[in-house]
Amino acid sequence: MKKTLAVAALMSVAFAGAAQARDQIRIVGSSTVFPFATAVAEEFGKTTSFKTPVIESTGSGGGLKLFCAGVGEQHPDITNASRRIKKSEVETCAKNGISEVTEVKVGFDGIVLSNSNEAPLLDLTKEQIFLALAKTVPSKDGKSLVDNFYSTWSEIDPSLPNVKIEVLGPPPTSGTRDAFTELVLEEACDEFAVIADLKKSNKDQHKAVCAGVREDGAYVEAGENDNLIVQKLEANHDALGIFGFSFLDQNGDKLQGSLIAGVAPTFEAISAGDYPVSRSLYFYVKNAHVGTIPGIKEYLAEFTSEKAFGDEGYLADRGLIPMAASEREAVRNAATNLSPLSM
Amino acid sequence: MTDMASLMEDRAAAKVISDKMHKPVDWDSPKIARNIKKRYAAERRFKIYGLSAIGIALLALFVLGFSIGSKGYSAFFQTYVQLEIHFDPAEIDPQGTGDPAVIGKANFDGLIKQALRDRFPEVTSRRDKRDLYDVVSGGASYDLRERVLANPNLIGQTRKVWLISGDDFDMLNKGYIDADVDEGSRRLNDKEISWYNTLVSSGAVEKQFHARFFTSGDSREPELAGIWGAAVGSFYTLLVTLALSFPIGVLAAVYLEEFAPKNRFTTIVEVNINNLAAVPSIVFGLLGLEVYLNVMHLPRSAPVVGGLTLALMTLPTIIIASRAAIKAVPPSIRQAALGLGASPVQTVTHHVLPLAMPGILTGTIIGMAQALGETAPLLMIGMVAFIVDIPGGALDPATVLPVQIYLWADSPERAFVEKTSAAIMVLLAFLILMNGLAVYLRKKFERKW
Repeated sequence: MKKTLAVAALMSVAFAGAAQARDQIRIVGSSTVFPFATAVAEEFGKTTSFKTPVIESTGSGGGLKLFCAGVGEQHPDITNASRRIKKSEVETCAKNGISEVTEVKVGFDGIVLSNSNEAPLLDLTKEQIFLALAKTVPSKDGKSLVDNFYSTWSEIDPSLPNVKIEVLGPPPTSGTRDAFTELVLEEACDEFAVIADLKKSNKDQHKAVCAGVREDGAYVEAGENDNLIVQKLEANHDALGIFGFSFLDQNGDKLQGSLIAGVAPTFEAISAGDYPVSRSLYFYVKNAHVGTIPGIKEYLAEFTSEKAFGDEGYLADRGLIPMAASEREAVRNAATNLSPLSM
Repeated sequence: MTDMASLMEDRAAAKVISDKMHKPVDWDSPKIARNIKKRYAAERRFKIYGLSAIGIALLALFVLGFSIGSKGYSAFFQTYVQLEIHFDPAEIDPQGTGDPAVIGKANFDGLIKQALRDRFPEVTSRRDKRDLYDVVSGGASYDLRERVLANPNLIGQTRKVWLISGDDFDMLNKGYIDADVDEGSRRLNDKEISWYNTLVSSGAVEKQFHARFFTSGDSREPELAGIWGAAVGSFYTLLVTLALSFPIGVLAAVYLEEFAPKNRFTTIVEVNINNLAAVPSIVFGLLGLEVYLNVMHLPRSAPVVGGLTLALMTLPTIIIASRAAIKAVPPSIRQAALGLGASPVQTVTHHVLPLAMPGILTGTIIGMAQALGETAPLLMIGMVAFIVDIPGGALDPATVLPVQIYLWADSPERAFVEKTSAAIMVLLAFLILMNGLAVYLRKKFERKW
C-alpha cells in the first residue's frame, strides 16, 4: 500500500505541469541563427511576463519542414533559416493551410576560411579555393575535366605556401556548407572556360561539377561542431577551417581569417558587403499563430529592436553582422505589421 | 591353448607399457629444463599482456579524467567584482512605499552602471562605457533585486557588494585570455585589461564558489548558465523510463523464463529481443517521432515522450538481464516450493523473483545509466533545444544532461568550454553513482548456492 502511494505520488509530481493550451513560443530551425535567437529569447523571457520561448536547433531545412507541417499548437510558430525560404517550401506550407508567413531578415553572417595565427596568412581568390576543394577541376591545359590532382597550395599558385591542402569544414547537411558551396564554388566554377562550356551542353553535369567537393581526404567533414574545428586548427597549423564569423570573432587570439579576393573577414567588411562570402539570416513567422500563442508580437518587437539587432545591439556582440539602418527600419515595419511574404 | 598364448602376449605388452609409464622422469634433463623454462616464460608473457591491457585502460581513463577535470574544475568557481553600490531611494522606491512590487520593477541595472561610472570616473566616451558595463554580468541586477527585496533596509544605504562578473572578464581572471597578445586579436582591449588590473590591485576581484551553476537553467550568458534545468529534465525522463520499462521488462522476463511454452513463437520473440538490444538508439528516436508525436500528438520536447522513447531502448537490456537473473535461481528452490504445495505464481512471486531481484536491479540500473547518457533518440523528438525555464513536470519542455553538454560544446563563447567539461563531470558523477548503487545492491543481496 505504502509503495503504491509512493509511486502514485511520484507520478503525480511527474505530470503536475499538465498541458493546457500552449502558452510558450516554439521555435525551430537553423543552427547558425540559434545563438542569436536564443539570446533574444532569453532577454525576452527576462524582460516580459511571457515564458521564455523554446528553441530547437534542427537546421534550416529541417526547421522549415516542421514549420510547414500545419497550423495548430503542436506545430512550431517560428522557424530560423540561414537561407531564404524556397518556392517549394512556400508551396508545401500553402498546401498544409499556412497561407500567411512573415519573413524577418535578421542580419548577415560571414563564412570564413581560417587558420592558426601561427601559420602564414593566406590571400585566396574564389578560383583558387575552387581548385583546392572541387572534386573535378580543369586539367593543366584547361581543355578537359579531371579528378582534382592538386595536393599542395603552391601547386595551385606559386605565391601560396608549399603546404598540403587540408580543409576542415561542415558536412553537406549544414546550411553553412550550402552557403559556402553557393557563394564560393558555384560562383568560381564558371570562371573556367571548360566548365562554362559545360553549362550549355550538359546542365546536370555542370551542376555536379560546380557543387562537388573532393572526397580524397583533402576536405575533411568535421561535423556540425565548429568549436571542434577551432581546436583542430590550433593543433594543426597546416589546416584551414570553414565556419561562421562568430567563431573567428571569439577566437581572434588563436585564429586568423584568410583574405578572400583581397578582403579580410572583419565586422566592418562583412557589414559593408565588401567581404564576398556572406549570407543573410532570416526567420519566418506563422501569422495564423499570432494571437493564439501569446507573446509572438512581443518577441518580434524584441528581435527587431535596436538594442538587439542594431549596430551596437547585443546580437552584434555575439557576432551577428547588422544590416544598414534603413533596411532595419524596413524589416521592423514589416515585422510589426506582419506583412505576409509573397513569392 | 591359443587363448592362453594370446593372453600371455597381451600381458607382455602391458608390462612394456607400464614399465615405460613408471620410468621415472628425469627432471634435470636439459630437454625438460628447457620445456619448463618455456612454460614459465609463456606464463610471464601472458601476465604482462594482461597487465598492459589494464594499464592501457587505466591510462585512457586517467587521460580522460585529467583532460576533463583540468578544463572543467574552474567552472565551479566564478569571478566576482566588488563595487560600492548606493541603493538610491530615488531610483528604487521614490515614494517610499516599501511595496515589493515597486521595488521589484526598479532599475537595478542603472545602480550597477552608476557604481561602475563612479569607480572609473575617467571613462567618458559612449563606446568605452559600453565596454565598462561588460565588467559586470547582465544577471547581476537580478541578484541585486533579490537582495533588496529580502532586506528593504538597504534602501538609502551605500554598501560594498560582490557582483557576478561578465564572461570575458571571468575568462581573463581565470587566465584563459592572454593579455600579452596583440590587442586586435583578443576579446578584451587594453582599457578593459587596465580596469581589471586596477580592480585586482584594490582587492575587488575574487573567485567564489559558483552555486548558480547547480541551481539555474540554461542561459546564453555563460556566467549565468547552469545545469539544474537539464538535471531535472533528466530526472523526469528517467522516471518515466523506469516506470514503464521496469514492470514491463520484468513481467516479460518472468513469462518467458517460467511460463512460456517452448515453441517456434517464443523462439522468435527471444531472438527479436536480443536483436533489439543491438539496434542503434537513433532508430528508437525515429519510432518515437512517428508514434508519440505524429500519431498520439504528445507535446514536443517533453520528458514524457523522451521517457517513452528511452523505455523502448532500455526494455531489451532489462529483459535480458532479468532472464539471466531468473535463470540463475537454482531449480531446487522452485521444486521445493512446488513440492510444499505452492502454486506456480506463488513460486515465482514468493521465491524466484525475490532471489533474482539483485540481478534484475543491477540490469535495470545499468539500463537506466545507458538511458541517462543518450542523446541521439532525443534529437528526433525535439529535446535538443534551448530551454531556460526549469521544467515543472514531465509534460513541460525540457532537455537532458548529455544534450546540455552537446549544446554548450557547440556555443561560440569561450567560457562555455569550461562549462562543457564541468557538465561532463556532473554527468559522470551521476553515472558513477548509479553504477555504484548497482554494485552495492548486488553485494548486499547476492546469494551463493
